[in-house]
Amino acid sequence: MDKFRMIFQFFQSNQESFMNGICGIMALASTQMYSAFDFNCPCLPHYNLAYGLGILLLPPFILFLLGFVLNNNISMLAEEWRRPQGQRGKDPAVLRYMFCSMAQRAMIAPAVWVSVTLLDGKCITCAFCTSVPVETLGNASHPRLSQGEIQRVLARIPCKEIYNGQQLIANEVAIRYLRCISQALGWCFVLLMTTLAFLVRSLRPCFSQAAFLKSRYWSHYIDIERKLFDETCAEHARSFAKVCIQQFFEGMSTDLVAARCHLPRKAPASAGEATEKLLGITDQGTMNMALKSWHRCKPPLHLHPPALPTGNGWAGEGQPPMHPSAPRKETAAYYSWV
Amino acid sequence: MDRFRMIFQYFQSNSESVMNGICGLLALASVKMYTSFDFSCPCLPQYNMAYGLGIMFVPPIILFLCGLILNRQSLVMLEEWRRPPGHRKKDLAVIRYLCSSIMQRAMVAPVVWFIVTLLDGKCLICAFSGSMDPQKFVGFANVSTVQAQQLLAKVPCKDDELMRNNTSHKAVTRYLRCWSQALGWSILLILIIAAFLARWLRPCFNQATLLQARHWSNYIDIEQKIFEETCCEHSRLFAHKCILHFFESMRQEIKLHSFILPREGEGAEGGEDLLRGITDQDQVNKLLKTWYYEKPPLDVSQAHQR
Repeated sequence: MDKFRMIFQFFQSNQESFMNGICGIMALASTQMYSAFDFNCPCLPHYNLAYGLGILLLPPFILFLLGFVLNNNISMLAEEWRRPQGQRGKDPAVLRYMFCSMAQRAMIAPAVWVSVTLLDGKCITCAFCTSVPVETLGNASHPRLSQGEIQRVLARIPCKEIYNGQQLIANEVAIRYLRCISQALGWCFVLLMTTLAFLVRSLRPCFSQAAFLKSRYWSHYIDIERKLFDETCAEHARSFAKVCIQQFFEGMSTDLVAARCHLPRKAPASAGEATEKLLGITDQGTMNMALKSWHRCKPPLHLHPPALPTGNGWAGEGQPPMHPSAPRKETAAYYSWV
Repeated sequence: MDRFRMIFQYFQSNSESVMNGICGLLALASVKMYTSFDFSCPCLPQYNMAYGLGIMFVPPIILFLCGLILNRQSLVMLEEWRRPPGHRKKDLAVIRYLCSSIMQRAMVAPVVWFIVTLLDGKCLICAFSGSMDPQKFVGFANVSTVQAQQLLAKVPCKDDELMRNNTSHKAVTRYLRCWSQALGWSILLILIIAAFLARWLRPCFNQATLLQARHWSNYIDIEQKIFEETCCEHSRLFAHKCILHFFESMRQEIKLHSFILPREGEGAEGGEDLLRGITDQDQVNKLLKTWYYEKPPLDVSQAHQR
């Protein structure tokens, strides 16, 4: 139990740092994803906006969902939300606390993606190049083109190698303008996010600090209780399996002895523990039969106390001291009851 | 308990160093952010000033807020400020001390950004190239005012077609960069002298009050950490008792319903203790189902009374 206690304390004290670590890794992964992504503006009038805004908004949504998926506590939240009330009431404040802390962590990677995208400028340049104010930035003296023609020319701004509107508006001027707007938006977005985070963090102690302490305690409690229950069930399963298998081998041993109708050879007293571990199976044929029986006909999931020496086949006295004598007295009653 | 003592001694001695470490990391992050940021001046008359000054002043605000958010002591200070007095009265000197130490640490990264920006010069060149007097520079002297404005606004963009053939743009750039770097170094010098004086002259005023304030601010910090650790320990023990109690009550229920009289304790093998009386597939299923549908109440006082 001491080992489990140490592990649980480690998890408890480091749960927050573990989650923060995953959060940081996802933020780094989002910047890496952006730099590895090969941005190709289509340079066509209606496709630019869709492509640019799609790259700006779709990956953050995916990263947000991924942030929830990678968070271990989501299943805990769902379980606590859906469980029947039973003898223990449900506290909506605890559910809100768990959801808020998960949502805050999941928001970081999408915010990083949006900031990096806006500060880099390619998406906004691609999406809004057809909206550049040609009158103020470009040549007013250029011969008039139809609206559609102008749109098509402007849509090629991000693609420098095919741009043919240098007389209408210089490519560098338009790109500088759009990038300036994009970077201004990016910095404003970062400022807004940081201000929100600051307000959320600093206003909380001013209001409802007691309720916060309560929610935090009970959400930790639910987490620890779940882990401890899983550990206890695992221990139980291990013991169950051990006893089940032991009883299976004993049962095999009993059957074989009954079938052969001869007294089991007494193991010498000095063999000790090793002989005990053989569980009465001491030759190849018996072992093969045991294995076949394990595969074809697994024992029922029902444990009974160990076998007693009854009249059929066991000599009773003079047995090797494998099985304690007292519990065996029950076996006859069990067999007859079944 | 020894382990806890070691951990708390570590926290006490290193709370300051953890804060200083975060402060240093933020300063490094601000330099890295500046170098990786792709500064592109719009080179348009109305936009230059807004862009240049925006890049100079908005990121420092962001870095300052980040410095406050990442500092654990700011939460401690706010909690101490807002708590009801109860049995323990509040000491404003402690809160002031905490506030000043938080502010000092949070100011480092913004100042680093500001100084790096000034020493590099791009922001100031972008912001103030349009405000230069065209008469001072040969290339801009003989053009109309409007055109001079346009040309001056394009000075930061060296690759622009109008600027490639104009040699006066180098003069404007050098002039503005010189001012920018002079400003940067002066501000750095003033700040370092101010920090030096503050550190040297502080022991001359109110040293006893300062020692008290520092001690009690450390105390509040450690007390909160220990409280959180104790709560964790308590919830773990609570959960342990609750689960044992649950298994015990399941065993009782099974005993009542199945009319089997298991022999308690006599010759039971060590492994079977962990089975806690649950020895059947149906019993295990019933236990798991009950755990989900009817979690036990949060009350382990009955377990003690048994």
